[in-house]
Amino acid sequence: MAGRPLWGRDFGSRGRVQGLSYCPMSNQQVASPGRKVEQLETVTIRFVGDSGDGMQLTGTEFTRANALAGNDLATFPDYPAEIRAPAGSLAGVSGYQVNFGSREIHTSGDAPDVLVAMNPAALKTNLADLKQGGMLIINTGAFTAANLEKASYKSNPLDDAALKASIRIVGIDMNKLTEGALEGSGLSSKDVARSKNYFALGLMYWLYNRPFERQLKSIEQKFAKKPEFASANQKVFKAGYAFGETTELFHARYSVPPSKLAPGLYRTVTGNFPMTLGMAVTARLSGKQVFLGSYPITPATEILQEASHFKQHGVVTFQAEDEIAGIGSAIGASFGGSIGCTTTSGPGLALKTEMIGLAVITELPLVIVNVQRGGPSTGMPTKTEQSDLLMALFGRHGEAPLPVIAAQSPGDCFWATLEAFRIAVKWMTPVILLTDGYLANGAEPFLIPDPAGLPKIDVKFQTEPNYQGQFMPYLRDEKLIRPWAIPGTPGLEHRVGGLEKDSLSGMVSYDGSNHEQMVKTRAKKIANVVEDVPDAEVYGKPGGSLLMVSWGGTFGAVRGAAEVLQEQGKDVSHVHLRWLNPLPKNLGTLLRGYKKVLVPEVNNGQLALYLRAMYPGVDPLQFNKINGKPFKISELAARAAELL
Amino acid sequence: MSIIDGQTALPTYTKKDFESGIDPRWCPGCGDFAIINQVQRALPNAGVKRENIVFVSGIGCSSRFPYYMNNYGMHTLHGRAPSFAAGLKISRPELMVWVVTGDGDALAIGGNHFIHAMRRNLDIKLLLFNNRIYGLTKGQVSPTSELGKKTKTTPHGSPDYPFNPPELALGAGATFVARSIDVDGPGLAAVLKGATEHKGSVFVEVFQNCPVFNDGAYDFITDKAVKAEAQLRMEHGKPLLFGKENKKGIRLNPQTIQLEVVTLGENGITEKDILVHDAKREDPTLAYMLASLSTRPGFPTPVGIFRDVRHPTVDELTWEKIEAAKSAKKTDLTGLLSGADTWTIG
Repeated sequence: MAGRPLWGRDFGSRGRVQGLSYCPMSNQQVASPGRKVEQLETVTIRFVGDSGDGMQLTGTEFTRANALAGNDLATFPDYPAEIRAPAGSLAGVSGYQVNFGSREIHTSGDAPDVLVAMNPAALKTNLADLKQGGMLIINTGAFTAANLEKASYKSNPLDDAALKASIRIVGIDMNKLTEGALEGSGLSSKDVARSKNYFALGLMYWLYNRPFERQLKSIEQKFAKKPEFASANQKVFKAGYAFGETTELFHARYSVPPSKLAPGLYRTVTGNFPMTLGMAVTARLSGKQVFLGSYPITPATEILQEASHFKQHGVVTFQAEDEIAGIGSAIGASFGGSIGCTTTSGPGLALKTEMIGLAVITELPLVIVNVQRGGPSTGMPTKTEQSDLLMALFGRHGEAPLPVIAAQSPGDCFWATLEAFRIAVKWMTPVILLTDGYLANGAEPFLIPDPAGLPKIDVKFQTEPNYQGQFMPYLRDEKLIRPWAIPGTPGLEHRVGGLEKDSLSGMVSYDGSNHEQMVKTRAKKIANVVEDVPDAEVYGKPGGSLLMVSWGGTFGAVRGAAEVLQEQGKDVSHVHLRWLNPLPKNLGTLLRGYKKVLVPEVNNGQLALYLRAMYPGVDPLQFNKINGKPFKISELAARAAELL
Repeated sequence: MSIIDGQTALPTYTKKDFESGIDPRWCPGCGDFAIINQVQRALPNAGVKRENIVFVSGIGCSSRFPYYMNNYGMHTLHGRAPSFAAGLKISRPELMVWVVTGDGDALAIGGNHFIHAMRRNLDIKLLLFNNRIYGLTKGQVSPTSELGKKTKTTPHGSPDYPFNPPELALGAGATFVARSIDVDGPGLAAVLKGATEHKGSVFVEVFQNCPVFNDGAYDFITDKAVKAEAQLRMEHGKPLLFGKENKKGIRLNPQTIQLEVVTLGENGITEKDILVHDAKREDPTLAYMLASLSTRPGFPTPVGIFRDVRHPTVDELTWEKIEAAKSAKKTDLTGLLSGADTWTIG
């Protein structure tokens, strides 16, 4: 299709093939005789507990079980910024939500169908989200007077008649059952208590009919250095599974059949990790070193951590003394012929802005990854937001345009990273790549690409003089791209820097007309990047009543809402923007083809403002959510339906 | 001459090969001219090809330096030159990387990058042109200006205590620490020779006169009349003697554990009482004591090399780990993309 990336990938569908038959996995478990099995299309489960209860682990392990069973899925962890808030407190509640199903999954789910809560504080902070008529699996063993008080409960909420009438409560004393399973194990009572998340996990395996052999093996591997913990956790896991088998508390088990994912080899990825894969693949495809200069900051830190494991693939990592030195070292490495990269979150991007200006004026390749979080200032470090769009587009002093790309799903973080590197190198420019806390921590199945189908990343260094026997570092080609000559190349010695430079020699120039020419040339070069920007694609009708426009991490929720509304026969279309600068060539015409345009954003209306400025006359309606949580499909669909 | 950087022979260079041909835009009489002159004289003997040398600078008068050198160069942001140098040197260990900076650039806005470059034993040669004033912004107090100094921003005298840069560099872990003076050609040449031969973080403070905004700042040690008494010229392996007749010396008093000035022939002092300078000493304590003399009344100001020890550098350690990872793990692109935990949809 015209305008698509060279490697022909449809970013909207994550490689799905409709109508493909599925080969069931061989070790599918058979439900226990006599127990009813209900088939479900999608399920959303949220695990909540104290930050020390291991809910992130439980959530990730259960997610993997569903992935292995062939479900499509998406997850979203929600944890406090404090490493360990006081035990049992409301502030210390940590949660993990997974939405899995046999149909295409776009988000981590709206209201959970099942809430697994490990203590009163977790119940208090999450109960309101549980679906009407949903199931609450609750660890009654944690409902002590002290814990109730810490959660500000005056009486035991589980005794509340109104609550009992509105949801299904399954109370299980997981503390006691875990202790029972580990009787005589010799483990301390503290260690025993820490195993109870495996009880919850075992129970969920039973309830959703998942084969458990691989889980037992995974526990063995995880605790390979401490075999006593491996066997204890396996026992507790089995006890949870067996409890489901024998208890009368559940009237049914559930089965969620595999989804129609495209055939191929899969792995589960959270958004930060595939960015490091993108770096390593860039290094291998280009044959050049990728240099990551960075500084730890939530929620971007894992990128630096994970990339440090890819030394053998040509990724050199450097943990600098601060954000500024992180990007400074990356620009220094780019001057030396490496492909520089820096990773950060909002406050760090603010610190890097002067450096980004330098990368713009020196025209060196650089990828700046910003995993957005709640702001301003320190804001909400562990909560997601899309509020750095305008900073990415305009947050530099002087006229300093650069390409801006936003990833749309955890797996797409891989493709977006490759794209950002390809553009940075081809156009000799810094590129800002935006993701957010939701993508960074959310997981989904990732179809492992065939290396042969990956895009080419061509790096050419200048080796000869280019102008009357001399080297002119700012002598551009027809696309306005300047040559890249690196130290070690005899005869091409030259100086670059932050002062305005002569349009040919790159030497310092204070000439006003030269400055004007350079400002316009740099702008034109970035405008030319549009040749690499695919046309915006409409999901729905090209024109009509309502168009929803999303960018970045809201892709899934908006696409999900569009699907829901279209299934109801409503005239609603969806366009997703992966490229924010330059914008796709066809966007203006497209926007003008609808009576109304709705822009849902996890900010106060930044894309809406940008679209108004870029396309005079287009006045999008806004739908803004800034509470640290991603959009729900239902709230988007409701808002869109109101506008029809 | 050794060839340290590649297959082809090292050309024979002269000073002119390192001049970019652009006339420096420093004020007439600026100490920077003398310093660039000595650097351009030192490089032909450094054993490195011209194209493998990079000069990185920040912002300030001194930071125009790269434009006047016929090498690769980066004129970066205020205070940030060491960060560029870190990325460049770690990614390209074969390059010889110089950082040219000033007292405001390195010690005020860039203080953090400076100490971390020294801490890491980053293999760069950092020249700090110390004129004890902000020159390019026309005369404000700097982190090395004296207490009480009147400048445009301290009209009633500076209330700030200054840094003594060699103390800071030693405290931060620099493996080569030296001081010289712009007008002392032979002294500066000797220090630069040591700097080019050193592997690891090189810190060279150069007392540099700013004839416009802080003229005469170093008269107290450069005036012919006082020079011999005011300068303590340190040479590795030689006793620390100074004075017109070279009869004064530095002794380590074993009772007070303090350095003191003594005179040969007085109170039974002989040459064997005088401290012999040992720049190769692993423990930096004595080097620090010598560095601090310049802030103490009644002591001469030491010039020369305080410390010159060999430690593994951050680029050596980084590449050691990269090479180990390369030989330990052979993974192709498919293996990289797949990782360990996969499943197949048929």
